Amino acid sequence: MQQILNFIIRNKTFLLFLFLFGVSLLFTIQSHSYHKSRFINSANFLSGGIYKSSNNISQYLNLKSQNEILAQENALLNAIIYSSNDTTSTFVSDSSKYGVPYKFTPAKIIKNSYALTNNILLINKGIKDSLKQDLGVINSKGIIGIVDNISSKYATVISVLNSNVNISAQLKKTNHFGSLTWDGESQDFIQLTDIPKIAPVALGDTIVTSGRSAIFPKGIQIGVINDFELDAAENYYIINLKIFNDMTNIEHVYVIENNGLAEMDNLLNPIDE
Amino acid sequence: MNSLVSIFIVRFIVLVLVQILILNHVNFLGYINPYLYILFILLYPIKNNRILFIFLSFLLGLTIDLFSDSGGVHAAACVMIAYVRPVFLKFSFGMIYEHQAVKFSQVDFGAKLMYMSMLIAIHHLVLFSLEIFSFSKTILILQKTIFTSLFTIILCVLVTIIFSKNSK
Repeated sequence: MQQILNFIIRNKTFLLFLFLFGVSLLFTIQSHSYHKSRFINSANFLSGGIYKSSNNISQYLNLKSQNEILAQENALLNAIIYSSNDTTSTFVSDSSKYGVPYKFTPAKIIKNSYALTNNILLINKGIKDSLKQDLGVINSKGIIGIVDNISSKYATVISVLNSNVNISAQLKKTNHFGSLTWDGESQDFIQLTDIPKIAPVALGDTIVTSGRSAIFPKGIQIGVINDFELDAAENYYIINLKIFNDMTNIEHVYVIENNGLAEMDNLLNPIDE
Repeated sequence: MNSLVSIFIVRFIVLVLVQILILNHVNFLGYINPYLYILFILLYPIKNNRILFIFLSFLLGLTIDLFSDSGGVHAAACVMIAYVRPVFLKFSFGMIYEHQAVKFSQVDFGAKLMYMSMLIAIHHLVLFSLEIFSFSKTILILQKTIFTSLFTIILCVLVTIIFSKNSK
């Protein structure tokens, strides 16, 4: 016993080093696996508050480009309203009044990040705004990411520029689907894998979300095909996508909540009796 | 003694704030961000309580991790350089270190540059290995380590020169 104690006292620095290094490794490994509960994230009052006050100042710097993006979005929405407003039709469908499938919550990105391999954003909405884990985040040009950790006023968002992200996506013209990943190299390109060889893939085709995971509605734009090749086994395509969003310049986003998610889960995963 | 402690507390907070509010958004050439905050570890007094020093380094790294959502990569890298620091002090400063008489404001510039460069390179290597976490991307890790180290070394040297007390 005496010897053990002596050993500990003699090597206390090394043991402390090992312990703290181990703790950091544990945090790192947890952050690499999707949706593990994590202690160290920026969705808390301290870092959220600091980022919020710094964003209050820095938002003026790109006010002009953000205004342009919002104006473009307004134009797009106006176009949809006026083209669908068929005045000759007198049929009013009541069911659309109460069965709104998706709820959109506007939010603002107060910390953007795009230079790391696992980029995580911070938005200024949290539990108080009825946000939950696993909601999709988009803006007018396409997808941004998925809500991960959440506190009362802030939430972290796993960006599409994150090597751990996995989002179901498909070709716009056919229903062949695959999963989105990021190789961590360029902020303009993400990768779509597992598209079967039989799919008619062509350069310049649009890729949209598939709606299979029920996080994103079907048909949200992601990007266009920049180049593609077959994988080693020659069964699936690996497609390089140029994303529509400029991830380095995003501010106003929407968090999507699928109201039918619980019902869908019940149907897909019935409780065994 | 108390004024020394308060200097270090202020230095800790200022370096963390500068790092998270300014330097994490530099993104020079797309991905190069200097990590100036390790200057706290580099310039920590030689005569110290090693346990406290390693623990402070861990705390510094963890604070940066908290703000940049990077898990524990900064904490791991900081603890690593805090632990191996005496080896590099001995290597760079030799005899003066043996006599416990190193003062960072008075030592030879070449030795100081060498000491800083080696610790910064180790820090960045650990940092990017853990951040990328994949053997198949070794080239990307090395590339990021080399370019970011250069940037950090230049910035650290500039900051130490600007804020040095013995202005001639």
